Order: sequence, then structure tokens, then C-alpha cells
Amino acid sequence: MAQYVGQNVKRKEDYRLLTGNGRFVGDIRLDNMAEAAILRSSYGHALIKSIDTSKAKDCEGVIDVITAADLEGKVQPFTEFVEFTLPPNLEKDIKPIIKKNPEPMLAKDRVTFVGQAIAIVIAENRYAAEDAIGLIKIEFEPLPVVTDPYESVKAESTVIHQDLQNNIQSHFEVSVGDVEKAFNQADHVIRARIKTPRVSGNPLETRGVVAEYEERTQQLQVWSSTQVPYMVRSYLSKLVGLVENNIRVVAPDVGGGFGPKCAVYPEEIVIPYLSTKYKRPIKWIEDRLEHMQSTRHSRDQVHDVEVAVKNDGTILGLKDHFLLDNGAHNSFALCCAYNSAAHLRGMYRIPNYDITGQIVLTNKTPNVPYRGAGRPEAVFVMDRLIYMIAEKLNMDPVDVSFKNFITPEEMPYDTDLFYRDGANMVLENGDYPGSLKQAMKIVGYEQFREQQKEAREKGKYLGIGFSSYIEGTGIGPHEGAVVRLDSSGHILAFVGSSPHGQSHETTLAQICADEFGVSPDQVTVKAGDTSLLPYGVGTFASRGAVTAGSAVHVASKKLKEKLLAIAGEMLEVAASDLELQNGKVYPKAMPTRFVTLQEIALAAKPGPRCKVPEGMEPGASATHYFVPPTVTFSSGFHTAVVEVDKDTGFVEILRYIVVHDCGRVLNPMIVDGQIQGGVAQGIGGALYEEIIYDENGQLVTGTYMDYLLPTAMEVPVVEMGHQEFLSPRNPMGIKGVGEGGAIGPPAAIANAVCDALKPMKIEINTLPVSPNKLRSLIEEAELQEMH
Amino acid sequence: MKPPKFSYLRPNDLAEALDLLAEYGEDAKIMSGGQSLIPLLNMRLSTPRYIIDIGRVKELHGIKEEEDAIVIGGMTRHVDVEKSELIKEKCPLLTEGIRWVGHTQIRSRGTIGGSIAHADPSAELPCILTALRGEIVVASKEDEFTLTPEEFFLSYLLTSLEPDQLIKGIRFPKLNKNSGYAFEEVARRHGDFALVEVAAVINLDKDGKVAEAQIALGGANAVPFVPLETEEFLIGKEPNETILKEAATLQLEDLDPEGDIHGSKEYRRYLTGVLLQRALHTAVKRAREGVVV
Amino acid sequence: MKETLVKVTINGKEVAKEIESRWLLSDFLRDNLGLTGTHVGCEHGVCGACTVLINGEPVRSCLMLAVQADGCQVETVESLARADGSFNHIQQAFANNHALQCGFCTPGFLMSLKSFMENNPTLPTDEEIREAISGNLCRCTGYSNIIKAVKEAYALNC
Repeated sequence: MAQYVGQNVKRKEDYRLLTGNGRFVGDIRLDNMAEAAILRSSYGHALIKSIDTSKAKDCEGVIDVITAADLEGKVQPFTEFVEFTLPPNLEKDIKPIIKKNPEPMLAKDRVTFVGQAIAIVIAENRYAAEDAIGLIKIEFEPLPVVTDPYESVKAESTVIHQDLQNNIQSHFEVSVGDVEKAFNQADHVIRARIKTPRVSGNPLETRGVVAEYEERTQQLQVWSSTQVPYMVRSYLSKLVGLVENNIRVVAPDVGGGFGPKCAVYPEEIVIPYLSTKYKRPIKWIEDRLEHMQSTRHSRDQVHDVEVAVKNDGTILGLKDHFLLDNGAHNSFALCCAYNSAAHLRGMYRIPNYDITGQIVLTNKTPNVPYRGAGRPEAVFVMDRLIYMIAEKLNMDPVDVSFKNFITPEEMPYDTDLFYRDGANMVLENGDYPGSLKQAMKIVGYEQFREQQKEAREKGKYLGIGFSSYIEGTGIGPHEGAVVRLDSSGHILAFVGSSPHGQSHETTLAQICADEFGVSPDQVTVKAGDTSLLPYGVGTFASRGAVTAGSAVHVASKKLKEKLLAIAGEMLEVAASDLELQNGKVYPKAMPTRFVTLQEIALAAKPGPRCKVPEGMEPGASATHYFVPPTVTFSSGFHTAVVEVDKDTGFVEILRYIVVHDCGRVLNPMIVDGQIQGGVAQGIGGALYEEIIYDENGQLVTGTYMDYLLPTAMEVPVVEMGHQEFLSPRNPMGIKGVGEGGAIGPPAAIANAVCDALKPMKIEINTLPVSPNKLRSLIEEAELQEMH
Repeated sequence: MKPPKFSYLRPNDLAEALDLLAEYGEDAKIMSGGQSLIPLLNMRLSTPRYIIDIGRVKELHGIKEEEDAIVIGGMTRHVDVEKSELIKEKCPLLTEGIRWVGHTQIRSRGTIGGSIAHADPSAELPCILTALRGEIVVASKEDEFTLTPEEFFLSYLLTSLEPDQLIKGIRFPKLNKNSGYAFEEVARRHGDFALVEVAAVINLDKDGKVAEAQIALGGANAVPFVPLETEEFLIGKEPNETILKEAATLQLEDLDPEGDIHGSKEYRRYLTGVLLQRALHTAVKRAREGVVV
Repeated sequence: MKETLVKVTINGKEVAKEIESRWLLSDFLRDNLGLTGTHVGCEHGVCGACTVLINGEPVRSCLMLAVQADGCQVETVESLARADGSFNHIQQAFANNHALQCGFCTPGFLMSLKSFMENNPTLPTDEEIREAISGNLCRCTGYSNIIKAVKEAYALNC
């Protein structure tokens, strides 16, 4: 009955967004609303000797100035997010060290990174609040700053948090097979240090919070630009000591998330607390300078990796030791680090595998997951290795891939380790060699090699690069849906996973519409509001379609069954003999005798006219919490074709191709949009974006002049090829797609650049491939050639 | 990111503007298009007591043709220059170069005077003006005079403009009909500040030898740089790739660009040579196409 | 704080307000006039989300003081839809081509494109379209559907 699932249904979200009627947090205006501005640390590491707020408090339009002292005993610090703690079997298996790393709401006597919040000014408007910020006097005593993770792990390094003893916040080891034996049998061992630097997700809408407290009912209403409203509610309740049910957190229209809005931030706790204290609505909208400093960054991993190979290109084993520079705090347990470990081998059959990960603290902004969450780093390592193996053995990298792919015949393939959710990590299905073949066909691999040769003779440097990924998507623990028929016969679907561009209102309506045989226009999807359902998780980790989609699907089925039962009573026909189509229920044998959804809705009401069968509760509503058995594995193959201007070091992407599998496609237009957008971010990481700190812990890339997001001039149209291997792990066979596009580009583009300059044998083991860096590599290569 | 408090003054004509500058200039910032000033205000990196908005000073608007130059009023916007048929005909180097200034939304507010006064060494207009050997017309309550770019640009974001003075206009010499010209720039992304840029004009004599060479390098020094020895080297030579390559690298040692995260000093210096060679190549090609034998 | 009188025509309606001279046009539109369709993304003139039209030309409203708009015609995203609430050709093409995801940057694109299409009445090349929107950052779409939408908007406008 799939009429709408699989179709390019136009988005229901678009009308308000295209006419200026969206409602983002910054757009909310309430009577008597005050505005906040935040004084942030200008030091990477320092003691706070004194804070003088007296002048600021006297400033025109200022209501109050709040420092850590004002929060003492009122607001608890963050420790770790329990949502990310390890399941017991995984904990037992890898026995990690994870030290608790509490983060204060406002820095009290010490700051540990530039951008850390120290004081909050509440004023009549933001202009006045910023005036007062300039009048707060703080006496700092600078401390030694550590920004290099390799310095940070040394015994003599400054310790950022004394109670942790050193700067190694987490440590874990994963081992599969017998790596030593594999290395002993190898014909070649290749070693490399491969770095994925720190970047920032940078949604175009910064963070922001509006809070309003109604004393009469003790209700606290919070609007936040977040990916996880339920998590905000939970920590607000816990850390401020409020009755959870008295808090309503709404994520209204949210202007992009990508991971950084998946954390709960100090402002999301303190601003609501202050609105209860001052009995006034308070608004805080982060500005872009604050965003660059204080919204969490991501990536920043360095891998020391060794791979053991045979002469024919077979990979026997892989050893890796990596550091994740997490900045000054880590509240996410092993999230990204373990993702890297679990995904590093990707599509490849590598039976012997040792990996050690360490999460190291430095005087930088804390890191959180960002689109890909540990996988782009892993793919950059693995697919650079494939190219290095090819170089070493004088093989085509494509042949190295084919040699080592897990084949469709080996599916389901047990990777011999646990996934982050505690389940055995088993790749359920897919055709990896097939995806590479498809990519080669789209790009015209043989012709390209010819073209490349000709171009090189004319002094033009063209190159092709591949990368591949698998991705565990749709992680649990659950996501719920309430599907309801209202008295007007309209269908409502409420979900706990809140969107920020993913098109829930459209795709979930498609799922629902198919169950009820109506148009998606007759379905309204609501999300991003903790008053809709008692439990919810959020939108991150490519989980929306898998978890919320499955929940809506099952809840719709449940409701449909109930509606048929009610209709059966109304029509005095057995429910099993009824059909629901076009908003009407009728006996299969006699379609002209029907009841409408509206009539059923009225018959579902309690009372004397109720037609709900005995044993069922009155009402036309059904709830389902979908609890996935484990993640589903999406996969993809990326291909970049580039031209390198050898004289300037500039790289132009001529073509970009993605072949991917995300299981059942709900709406191809939206899936393609996710891929194209993900690739754009991946291109950012490959060629343009890098968060840079100087040795004093000062953020060098603090504006959009320095932190370079790709524009329309830098992003090509992605050509796409699709595979559709339905996952057996949810009823519709969906796999997640949100992150995939961002995972492959750094490796594919770096490989393509290396391929373009193959005669020079340059190695790109760090990102972004900036013209300056690439020119330096070319110059080195030219010098070597001369000698 | 909101501007600090200031007193806002908005003169209606040049005399009033110069009066205000004479009185408040020491504590004031002139606002023309505001495309460089307002970001500084928003970040509170600039906190002037007075803002003198010269937007309504009609004498500062417009593009005029003189015998040997195009004179552009200080308040004239980039977009007006970009669209000017007169400039396209008489000074096409300017038309070509101005498209590199930021994006449309910046060019529709940003002004020629503002860009010159801001004196960013990697900005396009100072470089083009320097290559063309143009002049800056400066006015104060007391007098009016012209300065050469060498006299006007002192260092990074620093000019010889006194607090009571403003830029009344800029004189861009016309190119002669047979001039070959070129503007080359690279930036990390389109619309970003240039890593480096080159503006060049080449005139060939009837034998195809270089009669005149005018070059300026932007982003390569604290002020736009004229490589005089390179220009002299080219004079009298019949240009070929070997000669242009030699010319392009002749004075790289004289360059002292600021290094930053987008490009080190060494890279920018090297890159200037690459772009200069490309610019000379294009300029010579155009000069050859234009030469009437 | 001394306030200055600003008289502007916004989306065809004349408005006169006393305002602190330091207020940015973007804040004036959003906070004083309630026109929150114009979004603020960076406040230093790079992202383009706040693009509005002044006398028909696209400008960054975060890089303009409200007092500088005195006497000007200002157009914001709220002016684009037809009187009956239906989409204009650019909005329609955006919806048809999935040219927006989170929608935060979208008003800026629409305003830039309105001016671009008026100034370039015949269908431009892809490269010209890319350049026209290069002053607007989008973090969601990767731009390709926006480029598609622009081409369709030309077709719809015929």
C-alpha cells in the first residue's frame, strides 16, 4: 500500500519557512522579556583572582549581573551525560578508564578554555547587556596553557583538572584476532600518522534559549535551539531541582544542528533558572563570535597506525593508537572515540585488529559529536592506508579495495566486537564491491585514466580518489510516537525526535498517510516539544527516520487496527473484513457502505454513543515506542575527481559521486538533499575548515573570515547512485542517512589530490588540504626529486 | 555583537561634513558604506564617540570623466563603478578588478572612498589605483589637494589622512586604447580577502616591445607595492614566457607579506610571482590583440 | 540615549520610529517592527542570512544602521508572497526543488535572488548563479538544489 513512501512528496515545512513565518528561538518575543549577554574567558587557562561587577550593575538598562557565586547551591554542575554511558557488557569487555569530568555552569575560580562562560548580564535589551559586559572587571592569573595533545599526555604537563591527576580523561583498548601473528606474516608493514583536525559544525542559526516562568502554576517554559529537548528537560530538572513535569522544553524551528546542538549547554540550564529567579522571561541568543568559541567543536584525532599487508594487497592486520583531543571537558564518555574504533575497518575484512584510544584534555573548547561522529576520522585513516598500500605495491587502489572488501556472500558479517549500544556489531547486508563498481561506472573509470594521462602531458594535474564508509545508524535506546485521529478526522503524529532540517513533518506524514490510505496533507506531524510525549530522545546519529519512522509506522498500524475494530462495531462487520482507504472504512465486499474517519473518531469518544469494542480503551489514539535491537548499517562509496593547480596549490573538485545504501528510501528528494548537504560539509573539512588555536590557547579562527564554510562556488553537484538493501532490524527496512554524506569527502578528496600528483609521490595525512599546505608538499617533493 | 553607543552626525553637504570633521574629527569615525566599519563596531573593536555619516553628502557621489582620468566621488558605491559603461570603456582594469570585491551585497553598500581609506593592503581598489598611478583627492575645511598612492598609503590599515580630512574623490587615469591590462587574484574562497593580487598594464610599441609597464602587487606588503625594477626590466623587451617568468620573480625578495593561517609569508611571496606571471601574460596578450599595426 | 527618527518604506508601508542611532537595521526590522523573517546569522557581514533589499538592491542588514535606511525603500522576505498568500516564482521553485532544509538561511537567498533575477532577466549559466548566491551561506543543502531552483524560477517567471 506504499503510495507515498518512496515518493518525492514536497515538504510540508516549506510554506512557513519560505514566507518568513518560521519561528526560531530568536524570533520569540514575550512581554517584559529581558535579554542576556555572557562574559566569556579571554584566557585559555588562568585563575580568577577577583570579579568586580559593580560598574556593570550600575549600567543603564541592566537588571543584574550573575557570577558562579550566585549559582552556588542553586544549580549543580554537569558531570557526564548518562545517555552516553557504556552498556555493561561493553564496559566489561573493554574495561575502559573514564574519569568523571564535571563542568561548571559558570567558571568560578579557574578558566580552562577561551570562551568559557564567567558572568551573565541580564538587561532590558542585548545592546545594554553588551555595554555592561565591557564594564565587568576580572583579575586573572594566567596559568601554563596546553594545546597540543602530545604535550598534554606527558607526565610533566600542566594538569588542567587537578582531581583527574593527569590529562588523560579516558583510555580504552579493543582487540580482535591475533595482531602480532598477522604482523609476523606480513610482506610489508606501512606506518603513518594521520590527523583529522578540529572543526566546528556551525549551523547557520546559533544556539539560543528563551525561558519563561509562570509562578502561578510553577510552570517553566523553555524554548531552545537544540537537537535534544528531552535531554534539556531532564538536566534542567536534575541540576536545578525542579519537578520534571513542570518543565516544558520546546525546540521550535531549529536552524541546523549537525551535532553541536546535541549537547546540553550551561546556558540551557542557567537562563531558565534565572527566569525563575527574576520572574521575567529571559532570552539569550548566542552571537557568532560566542558560537565559534563556546559551541562545542569536534573531530581532532591523531592516529598512529600500522597496517600489515601481503604482496598481493591482502590486509592481514591493523594496529592503531589514537588520541582524541577533546578540549577542556568530556561529558560524552567514549562516544566519538569508540565510534572511530568500531568503524575504522569500514568495508574491509581485517581479521586482526588492535586499537587503543585515549581522550586527552587540552585548553580548548570541549568537543562533542558532529555529523559523522568519529567516522570521518576513521575513514580518513583507512582509505589513506588503502592508497598507501596501492602506492607501495604499485597496484591500483581500486584493486586493493576489491581484494579486501567484505563480500555480499559473507553477510551478515560479524566484526567480532561490540557496538556502542552493547550489541554484537554485525553488518546485516549490503554489496560493497557492487557499490565501488557502480561508482566506477558512473565516473567512467577507464576513460578517466586515459583523460588523466593526456592532461598530464599538457601539464594539467587531474586525479581521482575513492573512499568508503559503513555507519551504524538509528541508535536506540528508543523513540516514540503517538498517532491520533482527532474529531475532525484529521490524523496527528507526535514524535520525540525533533527535527532541524530533516523534514520530519513530511516523511513521517508519508509513513502515516500510507497506513491510513490518506494524503500526507491529512496528517500533521508534531515534534520538538516535551509536552507531546512522556519520553523522547532526539535527532542525531542518523537516527530520525529509523527510530521515529519505525515508531510512527507501528503506532499507525496499531491505531489502524483500533479504527477498524471501531468501524466493525459501527458497520456490524468483522474488522478483518474491512478495508481502510481514502479516509473511509468499508467492507471489502461492499465498498459503497462505509464510515468516514471523522465518524469513527466521533464513535471513539467515551460515552453512550461510544463504539469502541469492549476490552479496548475509548479514544482514537495509539502509542508505540520503537526500541531497535541494535543499529542498522548504512554504507557508501565516494569518488572525487579533482584538478590541482600545481603552481598555486589550489584544488578544484570537478566531479563528486556518491553511491550509497540507506535501506528503504522514504523520500528520494530528501535523501538526496541529505547526501548533497553532507558532502558539502565534508568538502569543508577536506579543503577549507579548521579550528585553530595558538600556543596561548587563543582561538585564531574566531570569525567567518577565518573559519571558511564552503559557498556555492566550492561545492559541485553530487552525482548519485543508489543501492537499497532493506535492514531487517526495523519494520520498514530503513537505514539512517543524515551523516553519510559528510563521512567520505576528506578521504576521497585527499586521495584524489595524491592521485593527481602521483608522479611526485606526495602524501596527505592531515586536513584541510589548503593551498599553502599543498604547495609546501609539492615543493618538498620537487626538492627531493632534484637531489 | 551590537555596536557601542556613539553620537550620530549626518551632514547634508560637503561644507557641513568638513565642519563636523574639523570639530569632532579626533574622536570620530567617518561612515561611508560602513562595510568595514560596522563589523568593527559590532565586535566592539572600534568605539568612536562620534560617527559622521557622509552618505548624504551629494558632492561625494558620482563618476565624472576628465580629459585623462575618471574621477569617482568618495561615496560612490562599488556597484555603480561595476555597472558604469564609461569606466568599462575607459578604464576596464577597474571594471575587471572591482568584481573581486566581496559579494554583491557588499558592493551595493561599500564605497570607493571607504575602501581606499580603509587601506587594507590585500583589498582590490588600493592595488588597482596604485597600478594605474592614480590620485586621491583629499578635502578638509582648510583646503583640497591630491596625493599619490605612495603618499597616501602608509602601512597596514594606515593612511596619511588627518582626522579633519576626508576623501573627496579618486582619480583613475584612463587606459589608452591599445593598453593590455590584467587583474589576477587568488583567495581561499571566492569573495574572501585576497591572499595576493596583481594589477598590471602593458603598452607595446609598434615593434611589439614593451613601451610601458605599470604593475602593483596587493597583499604582498603593508601597502600596495610597485615593483619598479620589474617594470624597468620589461621596457624595451619583446615579451615571451621566459622573459615574463624572469620578470615575475625579479623582486620577490622585496616583498614582505604578513603571514597568517591562510598563507604563510613565504607562500604569499611565492604566490605573488605566480600571479604576476599570469597577469603579465594576459596583459601582453591583450596588448597584442589591441595593437593597431 | 539620544534617539533619531527613522522614516522608511517597508514592504510598501511607510513607517516612522524613533530609534537609538546605534541599532542595526536587522534588529530594527526584527525587534521594532516584528519582521522576524530576516534572520541574523553572523553579524559581521559574511553569512548573508540577513540580506534585505534597499531601493531594490541586496544589502546585509547587519552591516547597516537603521538610521542609514532613513528615506529608503526596504523589502524583506515577508513581501515576497502574492497578495493571496501564494508563493512567488522563486519561493515556488525553492519548494519544488527542496532548496531548503532548516530554512534559516533561506530568506537571505530569496532576497539576493529577487534582485539578481531582476537585474539578469535571461537565464544565466550555472556559474553565474553560483556567483550570485556566493554571498549567502547555507550549511544544509550543499547548494545544488538552490541552483536547480533558480533555473526553475526563471522558467516559472516566463
